[in-house]
Amino acid sequence: MSSKFDLFDILIGNENDIDYKKKPIIIQGITGSFGSTHTKLMKDYGTNIVAGVTPGKGSQSFEDIPVFNTVLEAVKNNPVEISGIFVPAPFFLNAAKEAIDNGIKLLVAVPEHVPIIDSIKIFQYAEKKGARMIGPNTPGVIVPGIMKVGIMPAKPFSEGSTVVFSRSGTLMYEVSYTLSNSGYGQRLCLGIGGDPINGTNLIEAFDLIKEREDIESVVVVGEIGGDAEEKLAEYIVSTNFSKPVVAYVAGRAAPKEKKMGHAGAIVYGNYGSADSKVSNYSKANVPVAKRPGEVPDLLKTKLKK
Amino acid sequence: MKLLEYQGKELFNHYGINVPKSYLAKNLEEAKQGSERIGFPFVLKSQLTVGGRGKAGAILKCKNEKELVEKFDELINKEVYGEKPKTILLEEMADIKREFYVSLYLNRTKRCYSIIASSQGGIEIESVDKKVIFDIPDLNGVPSELAYKVAEKINLKNSEKNAFVELIQKLSKLIYEKEAELAEINPLAMVNHGKFVALDAKVIIDDNALFRHEDIKKYEELSDLEAHAKNNGFSFVELDGDIAIIGNGAGLVMSTLDMVTDAGGKAGAFLDFGGRATTESIYQALKVISRVDKIRVILVNLFGGIVRTDLVAQAILNAYNDGTLKIPVFARITGAESEKARELLKNSKARLFNTVEEAINAAVKY
Repeated sequence: MSSKFDLFDILIGNENDIDYKKKPIIIQGITGSFGSTHTKLMKDYGTNIVAGVTPGKGSQSFEDIPVFNTVLEAVKNNPVEISGIFVPAPFFLNAAKEAIDNGIKLLVAVPEHVPIIDSIKIFQYAEKKGARMIGPNTPGVIVPGIMKVGIMPAKPFSEGSTVVFSRSGTLMYEVSYTLSNSGYGQRLCLGIGGDPINGTNLIEAFDLIKEREDIESVVVVGEIGGDAEEKLAEYIVSTNFSKPVVAYVAGRAAPKEKKMGHAGAIVYGNYGSADSKVSNYSKANVPVAKRPGEVPDLLKTKLKK
Repeated sequence: MKLLEYQGKELFNHYGINVPKSYLAKNLEEAKQGSERIGFPFVLKSQLTVGGRGKAGAILKCKNEKELVEKFDELINKEVYGEKPKTILLEEMADIKREFYVSLYLNRTKRCYSIIASSQGGIEIESVDKKVIFDIPDLNGVPSELAYKVAEKINLKNSEKNAFVELIQKLSKLIYEKEAELAEINPLAMVNHGKFVALDAKVIIDDNALFRHEDIKKYEELSDLEAHAKNNGFSFVELDGDIAIIGNGAGLVMSTLDMVTDAGGKAGAFLDFGGRATTESIYQALKVISRVDKIRVILVNLFGGIVRTDLVAQAILNAYNDGTLKIPVFARITGAESEKARELLKNSKARLFNTVEEAINAAVKY
């Protein structure tokens, strides 16, 4: 992935752009029950959804948004770089590939239960074409007060200068809500996704925001399974990451070798265990909250230092 | 889905990977038939998904019919790490010259498949120092240069390399065609004439890909409870304690499980009904839980704003009214319509709380 990929540029643009904070977005799977519900909510929040795609439903419209059969038609009249993908998992591979082939630079992949091989294929294809996938199985991404692409409710989020990266949807809401209530608004909240394969992993997410001056601190909401937190801890040390980081890890009490709701949340031996994550975080000087409600206190302490 | 050894070996056989002659038996009668086909001595292997069967005494040598009667009975009734077998595999003994380890697995960190091999087989790979790991560049199989490199690194002679390379390529075909997260052969035995035989099989298939693999799906064995949960789109895990934890979102339910444990409670069930809950699906979730006898109290943790809280309350009320639910529900309900939710449940056995901490304390103390 080239370092030129600027997430904020794609999500909201620059002050000089005529469509600053109103970047055009398409929704694939707009007529499905999930897609339609959340299209309305995104639109209400201020997201500029210019078109939807559902094969076979072209020439219809939903909430005054035109629906097309293909991505090609949907992006014809607009310089669209973002697609929110809401199609059922078995259709994800083709939908995502179609988006990339038609110039989409940021895929927000909401569906759960996408086969792993399909995720790898899209990850590799996106990388080759200079695009980026968030997810699959992500609640999406929100720039509070400006726009959101995904399924998160609006209420937990408020404008501010911290960032929340989360492997879990509801915990992203929960932690953001406690942060908002304690006066720590967010500049960005992004769901990494609960699957074993993440189009954008925690380290890449950190890379996307590390140079931004409008971001003061980072909160990472993790869970058992894999070694994303361990690798992130190494990254924080090796890059001398300058912003304060606070973490939470869910699943300390989960049994081994059981999939805890998320496809990626499974511990084999010590691999993926909460202990391993917490001890690696501590080496990187990242405090880990015992429960979501403790995150704001830890952040407060960390910011004072 | 983690396959049993015999299922993994059926797949191996299908892909041309050598496995020992074997016979699957559900009862002693079948085992006796099997013994005639295979001939003494052979090995009896309990078919379990848990690891460490050898150490747990779930793999036994069997020399004659007298031993077969004793040991079959022992194994079929033996619970190993909480799991009881339904079948026992009878397998011929291999004339092992050397033992190796090989596996192909989903490398989450690198978002590709990787291969691990070692000249030390038969022990857990985590505890082996002498091993090699290589990443497989794309999804088109293991390039032969890479496979030869692996063969080189585990000290195979030139004459032995071809068979190993062929084996790896068969294993990778299995991985991609059957969408496995892991295909592990440990130990991989070298027998006479440099021939390789898979003495064990550990194969994990991607659950999310099962919809396009009917041949694998037939191996899926769900308990009634698990099937009920799965048909409703829930993630359900049974645990040891007596508090059932229900919520919307895997992370939130895990987090609640941690907090219950911290508060001294013991969770008996984990149920995530996902973000798309309706009155009906929550009612079904309560129904699943009501069938788990050991559950004494239900703790519901909902993050509002996704699911309307009055729908949740209605579901709880319905479950009480029709007798599905008899035990108390302690729920943390916030967000839209929570006043309405309170009103609905005011005369029931359910108690509503504003914070999860309060709900947990009440549930643990009950």
